[in-house]
Formats: sequence, C-alpha cells, structure tokens
Amino acid sequence: MSLAKRIIPCLDVDDGRVVKGVQFVDIRDAGDPVEVAKRYDEQGADEITFLDITATAHGRETTVHMVEEVASQVFIPLTVGGGIRKIEDIRTMLNAGADKVAINSAAIYNPEFVKEACDAFGSQCIVLAIDAKKVSSQGEANRWEIFTHGGRKETGIDALEWAERMEAYGAGELLVTSMDKDGTKSGFDLELMQEITSRVRIPVIASGGVGNLQHLVDGVKLGGAEAVLAASIFHFGEFTVQEAKEAMQAQGIEVRL
Amino acid sequence: MDQKLVAVVDYGMGNLRSVSKAAEHMANARTKIIVTQDPQVIADADSVIFPGQGAAKACMQALTDTGMVEPVKQAAQEKPFLGICMGLQVLMSHSAENNGVDCLNIIKGNVTQFDLSAHPELKMPHMGWNQIHQTQDHPLWHAIPQDSRFYFVHSFYVSPEDKNTIIGETTHGQTFPSVLSAHNIFAIQAHPEKSAEHGLQLFKNFLEWDGH
Repeated sequence: MSLAKRIIPCLDVDDGRVVKGVQFVDIRDAGDPVEVAKRYDEQGADEITFLDITATAHGRETTVHMVEEVASQVFIPLTVGGGIRKIEDIRTMLNAGADKVAINSAAIYNPEFVKEACDAFGSQCIVLAIDAKKVSSQGEANRWEIFTHGGRKETGIDALEWAERMEAYGAGELLVTSMDKDGTKSGFDLELMQEITSRVRIPVIASGGVGNLQHLVDGVKLGGAEAVLAASIFHFGEFTVQEAKEAMQAQGIEVRL
Repeated sequence: MDQKLVAVVDYGMGNLRSVSKAAEHMANARTKIIVTQDPQVIADADSVIFPGQGAAKACMQALTDTGMVEPVKQAAQEKPFLGICMGLQVLMSHSAENNGVDCLNIIKGNVTQFDLSAHPELKMPHMGWNQIHQTQDHPLWHAIPQDSRFYFVHSFYVSPEDKNTIIGETTHGQTFPSVLSAHNIFAIQAHPEKSAEHGLQLFKNFLEWDGH
C-alpha cells in the first residue's frame, strides 16, 4: 500500500484545439480537448498535461476557455504548460481550473519568477519543465544543458545544477524532457533521469522518447521517475493508458488500476 | 420540494472552481452550490464545503482577512461540513508549518511534517494517487471500496488527540491519518475533486448526508 506511479498523457493544443493528431478509432472529434481528456480519464490516466503551442493572444484566451471546459467535466489533475510567463498567467490558468502550471523558458530568463510563483500559489502547483540535451562528447563525462525553442537554442545552463536550483527555489515537481530523445520512440534518456532523480527530493516526471510500454517501465524502474509522460503512443491508439498500467504492474510497479 | 443550499467557503485562496464543479457534477436539480464569502450565506446554507490549498499561515491569514473564521467555526458545529486538504489541516489546534501557526482548534491536535529520513527513496511532497484505508464505517464511505486511491498533494499531516476521530489512514513511509470525522464534520487530506470516480462518489455521499 503506497503511492502509485503516474501515467500522464500529454496533449498539444493550438487555439483551443488538440493538434498533432489524436487518432482514437471511435472518437467523434479528435480535436476536441474535452472529448480527448474524457477518453483518457476513462482509460485511467492519472493526470493530463496540456501543452499550449498557441502563438497569438486571442488564441491564448481560447486556451483558457478550453481549460474551463475540461475542468468542468474531467475530475483528475490538469497541468497547463506553454506561454506561462507572468504571475497573472498562472492565476488565470488556476482560476480556469488547472491544478498545476508548467514553467519553462520564463524560469530561464528570470529564475526569481519561480520563487515568486511558489510564494504566491504554493509549490504544489508549480511544475518546472526542463528541456535538456546532452552536450558532452563521447568518452567525456556526461553533461547535459538546458535548451530553449524546442531544443534549438542553447543556454549554457547545466541541467543537473538547474534541477537542484529549481527545487531550492520551491518547484513542486520537475518535468524533464530529453531533447535528444523526444520524437525518436527509442525510450527515455535514462542516464539523465537517474542523474536528476537522485539529486532532488521532489517528484520527477520523465518525458521524451516513449515508443513502447517497456520504456514507461524503464523510466520508473531505471530512471527513478515518479511519473511518466507520453503523447504519441496513446494518441495513435497503439496502447491505452490501461494497457500501459497493466504492463507496469506486471513488472512490480504500483499503479492505480 | 425545498431547495438544498451548499456553500463552498471562499477565503481568497486556492482553486475553488474544481471543488464547486465536482460538487455541481454530482448535485441533483434541487441542490444549489454557491461559492461564497458571505457569512450570512454560510449561516443559511444546509451544508458547507471548506476547501483549501497552499500554506497554513497564508490560509489562516486569508480566513481572518475575509472574516470567515467565525462563520466557519459556527458551521463546523452545526451542519454537514466537508473539509478538504488545507481545509482539514486548519481545523486542528496548531500547525508546525511556517514556523508554527495557530489554527481553528475545532478538532484538537497538531499538524506536523512528514519525516522521511528513513525513506530516502520516497519523494516529498506526497503527490499522487494513494490508498485510503477506511478504519471506521461512515456514511460518506458509501459505495467507495476499501483502499480506494485518491489524489493527494501535501507535505504535512494531521495527528488528532482523540484517535477515535480517525476514519481513514494512508501510508507514505509512515502511516498517517488521512480522513477525520467528528460529529457533523468529515475532513479529508486528499482532493476528492481530483480523484475521479471515487472522489465524485464522495461528493455525492456528502450532498446526501444529514450530518449524522
């Protein structure tokens, strides 16, 4: 009897619509965030993360309404990331019904923002998103740096030091994405996950690279993650969240079934 | 038929929307859920939901600033009362959070931080889905299976003086009281508004409860 490891489907949303093709066979509108979120809830998702890729101010308002809609009908924790830059952005999302917000580049430009956010709303709702890329050459000791702009822009910040600093600043959770692995379907960067999970006491969500159910198991068992986040393996109907949980349970991981 | 009024206490902290939406989702046509800062509405309500999140000190400060201390104390004495998360912790006498904070003293006992020094593998905050072991019967457990999982987010836990008030326990390194009941009060450390079907069932049970 103990805390279950979590599975978190991640949805990209643009202008209030789910993008990057969710392909459930029997869903009426695969772009409707409410329908998709409901489906994941029924499958047993432990949380849902929305990554807002909307570029315009008007589109961001649409996202707020979308969060309101989802939160009125889906009663599991919701996280919203993307474009969270000001205290006011956080307040707006929490009031709309989000439980947590994920902060990424705003923390890099102004680390104190994380402290302010935690003081204002509590650590429990501040997820710090870390996009890391390996920068060490072969034969060298492993080193990862933080990258922004979808992995295109380096910051020179050491990822492991950054994780420890963000914990000290009050972040309640870390969402760690390997930019090397993201989209490759070859599994998490387990070395990166191990390095970070062994350094911080707060929960770490592993992200980037999931291509099969064993990858989820490895993220928890080898990477030390408290939660695993995946998109495409669930969206394209390859596996349900339920199947993922059964696979994890079969290998001795405690899950909510 | 008479309408039933359920007040969700708004003291300017936390996301009350999830709580009111979950209650509305399970309410029948005759039940009205109102998020309110008005002591009169709380006094008139048939039952009261007292949510909360964040830190104890800020929570007590917000209760004081909004004039909600007395209405909440009054409601906790006389009508079905559901405390959630920080809405459980501030019912106690004292919390060790923020270097010590006096709380509402409605249920005698203290709030202390988890000591996980013997469990380096466990994370803090205690965040995620954990089981609640029902240690006593209660009307609000109706149709909720033993050891069901609920969503938790917290780093402190309650220790009531009267152990008979404990009706649910959870384990994270140590076993701690996760649900207390005293007369018309049912107070839970987890977030039923975020706990899917079992959480919704708990709201349904609360809305049907007469406080006995």
